[in-house]
Amino acid sequence: MKKWGWGITLGALLLSGCGKQSPLEPQSPASHDIAVLWWWMLGIAAVVFFGAVALLAIGWVRRDRPGLPFIGENEGVTTGLVVTFGMVIPVIVLVALFAVSDLWLVKRTGAPDPGTTSMTIRVIGHQWFWEVRYPGTRAVTANEIHIPARTRVQVIATTADVIHSFWVPQLNRKIDMIPGNENRVLLYADNPGIYRGQCAEFCGLQHAHMAMKVFAEPRKRFQGWLKDQEERAVTPATPEEREGRQLFLQNACAGCHTIRGTSAQGSIGPDLTHVASRSTLAAVTLPNTNHALERWIRDPQHVKPGTKMPALDLSNTDFAAIGSYLDHLR
Amino acid sequence: MAIAVPKAADARIDRLERIWAERPGVMGWLTTVDHKRIGLMFLFTSLAFFAAGGVEALLIRTQLLQPNGTVLGPNGFNEAMTMHGVTMIFLFVVPISIGAFGNYLVPMMIGARDMAFPRLNAFSFWVFLAAGIFMYVGVFSGNAPTAGWFDYVPLAENTYSPGPGIDFYALGLIFTGVSSTATAVNLIVTIFKLRAPGMSINRMPLFCFAFLAVAFALVFALPALTCALVLLEFDRLLGFHFYDIAAGGDTILWQNLFWIFGHPEVYIIILPAFGIATSIIPTFVRRRMVAFPMVALAEILVAFIGFGVWAHHMFAVGLSQVTNIYFAAASLIIVIPSGIQLFAWITTIVTGTPRFKTPLLWIVGFIVLFIIGGLSGITFAAIPFDQQLTDTYYVVAHFHYVIFGAAVFPILGGLYYWFPKVTGRMYFERWGQASFWVSFAGMNLTFFPMHIVGLLGMPRRQYTYPSDLGWTGYNIIESIGAYLLAAGLLMVVANLIVSSFRGEAAGRDPFGGATLEWATSSPPPAYNYAVIPKVSSPYPMWDAEDRDEDVANLASGRMVLEQGHETPASTAVDADWDEILDMPSSSPWPVVLAVAISGIFAFVLLKQWIAAGVFVVATLVVLAAWHGKEPQRA
Repeated sequence: MKKWGWGITLGALLLSGCGKQSPLEPQSPASHDIAVLWWWMLGIAAVVFFGAVALLAIGWVRRDRPGLPFIGENEGVTTGLVVTFGMVIPVIVLVALFAVSDLWLVKRTGAPDPGTTSMTIRVIGHQWFWEVRYPGTRAVTANEIHIPARTRVQVIATTADVIHSFWVPQLNRKIDMIPGNENRVLLYADNPGIYRGQCAEFCGLQHAHMAMKVFAEPRKRFQGWLKDQEERAVTPATPEEREGRQLFLQNACAGCHTIRGTSAQGSIGPDLTHVASRSTLAAVTLPNTNHALERWIRDPQHVKPGTKMPALDLSNTDFAAIGSYLDHLR
Repeated sequence: MAIAVPKAADARIDRLERIWAERPGVMGWLTTVDHKRIGLMFLFTSLAFFAAGGVEALLIRTQLLQPNGTVLGPNGFNEAMTMHGVTMIFLFVVPISIGAFGNYLVPMMIGARDMAFPRLNAFSFWVFLAAGIFMYVGVFSGNAPTAGWFDYVPLAENTYSPGPGIDFYALGLIFTGVSSTATAVNLIVTIFKLRAPGMSINRMPLFCFAFLAVAFALVFALPALTCALVLLEFDRLLGFHFYDIAAGGDTILWQNLFWIFGHPEVYIIILPAFGIATSIIPTFVRRRMVAFPMVALAEILVAFIGFGVWAHHMFAVGLSQVTNIYFAAASLIIVIPSGIQLFAWITTIVTGTPRFKTPLLWIVGFIVLFIIGGLSGITFAAIPFDQQLTDTYYVVAHFHYVIFGAAVFPILGGLYYWFPKVTGRMYFERWGQASFWVSFAGMNLTFFPMHIVGLLGMPRRQYTYPSDLGWTGYNIIESIGAYLLAAGLLMVVANLIVSSFRGEAAGRDPFGGATLEWATSSPPPAYNYAVIPKVSSPYPMWDAEDRDEDVANLASGRMVLEQGHETPASTAVDADWDEILDMPSSSPWPVVLAVAISGIFAFVLLKQWIAAGVFVVATLVVLAAWHGKEPQRA
């Protein structure tokens, strides 16, 4: 890595948990509300469960005595118990649950109303990576979503192939990515940080390796990042990097990937214009180190079996050259 | 009930034995129309598939034992995951409950001598066997489906799933649907028309109410699945575009059709288990079920409301908010009939004098597991929570508590409970109880941590997971639990196998059961009952006078129907005497028809249209032969 500033910040963040994915550690109002709902439901469920088990325990203790404790045998009372526990109490609890979760909370986690967000991002699911676009800018990235913290961001989620599901549990509930549909969900982060997300709808062979990270950043830093991402790719500085670019453009790489500012305009794989600025490779399969990058381009089918990226028949020095070229695309 | 049988009665029994005898040996099994033998064939076949599904489950758990596992690889995992779901649902739980338990027990509980359509019944079994083999031919030829049991398009379309894997799945499920539909229709007619005269609908055992509800649910749910699958095969084999959005099709159509079938299917899976529970509980707590009419209505209601909740599987799809709220409300309403049944079982146990023998232990275990699975199920009706946790391991935990805990536990309890009836021998009680405790521990160890790991954000259906998200420890516990659960299930199988050779003689009614099947010898004769039993309550075995009257009837020849291969039919509601039915005897045509239909499916799969056409003609010829005139018996 050549540009150290960002690398060190990222590295530190990576080591300190590299982004969590737990709905129980919410970092937004929506996720927080859902987590609170869960703890309430768990509490009520525990009362029901232990109450029912206590009844069964009474059945065991009194296994030699027919009838109910104190009351004895009375068909009216036993039927009354069934009506009370099986109907009356459930109706009360369920109506309350319905009102709270399905009439009130559902509005707070639903798609954002038009005009209430200051920013929109398009996320497009692919087998097996996330394409991320910032409408109104030229920025295109993959598997990493940068947003300003404490800002309402609308995500338009769609897919290029099969159904995927966009899910960053610490920031909001999930939304499926359906062919021909544009589903919307709100992203909002209470604090700057890295939040892991993952495809939540089975999408084939590498469903397991379709993760992403959301970087919520202070607004200034976010704007700097966005400006960098809009830039064309930097031109190679060293002979090895120039050699690498040449190889990249001559071989199959350019047929699938775009590097803005070069003749590589493919759309099958992720945009690599600023690949070196990202923290991971292959949808959070590998850390983005020089070594891992070379391993990935040498033998993608071993790292992520079934990925659309083929193994190329090149020499060691060729791979090293491509590696050093990509590694410099900050 | 050791009663001196007068000579006249002996002669009648001899006569019945002659009339109802089937061919000996293998040909006897191939041509049988006896609901008990067909039930046993369903039992053994579905248990074999249970073993296959179990092996797939253990492979999955071994792959996920640790992060970055390499036991199966992505393709192997997706095959195991898909076939595990397909096998357990379509080749194990449904066939063992309706095919084995329903077939064997429904006619016995209503005092009939066979199912209403004995040959259709045999056909249903042979089709099921053929469909199961069909799908596993796919697996063993390296063409297992990999798109998961709910097989969402467009992943399941040719573009993303080339090769015949999905065709094995789709055609195989259409094929099993033929079997389930036939069994369901048969159960409906049997329950409505073959109840012993006197068993009016309010005197019918709750077991039969459950199976009636299931049968209706199957008849109405399966067409949606069949339709979805046929459209898929049109897309895949003939290049149609039903689900292709780019060509004007609709992706969500598949999900709607699949879950219109898929959610009722959940109740199809657990209602038979409810029926088993309502049979075992009265016997072992020695009292009648509390709130009988409410439980009967609840069983029917669950099956009915189950048709109105399907979109709660689709809350993350982005349907309109109003749609989501409607389906959430419907999903909450279905809690009520389930709650009624639950507390009816519990209060029956509390107010009775329970003997915690093996079958009741499984039922108590089932109640505990069903409460957990039911409560976690309710949380999915909270739309935002569902949208957060759907497609995580929390869902996997939930539906295994429901399907394994609430359906398979009663099935295993039922295996113990009716084992003496079917074999005439007792199982080993101590080992039976031990097998329960090991399975119960294994079940909870396997599936409880899945709730937690789901709440920690682990998506389902991923073949591997990283080590840095806090999921590893739970996965290790789950895998150990799975091996323990497998050990518990092997103990059940070992107990029943050894007992069938070495168990003590059971007699006709070892537990003091309430329903009619305990009135006849163990194992029951081909004609079930020498006398069509008298019924005046839902607990006929506890009506001693009625049973004495049966004995008297046998001596006098009343209600014996010894003139031919006969069983009485009664009116649908009041069970007044209607007519005497001449029942079909054993026949080779059901198995031949199943083979002919298999040919159609095999050649459609291979896209050999002419050969498939030949088998269509062959099927029609066999059907004609089946319905041709038969030589009259002497």
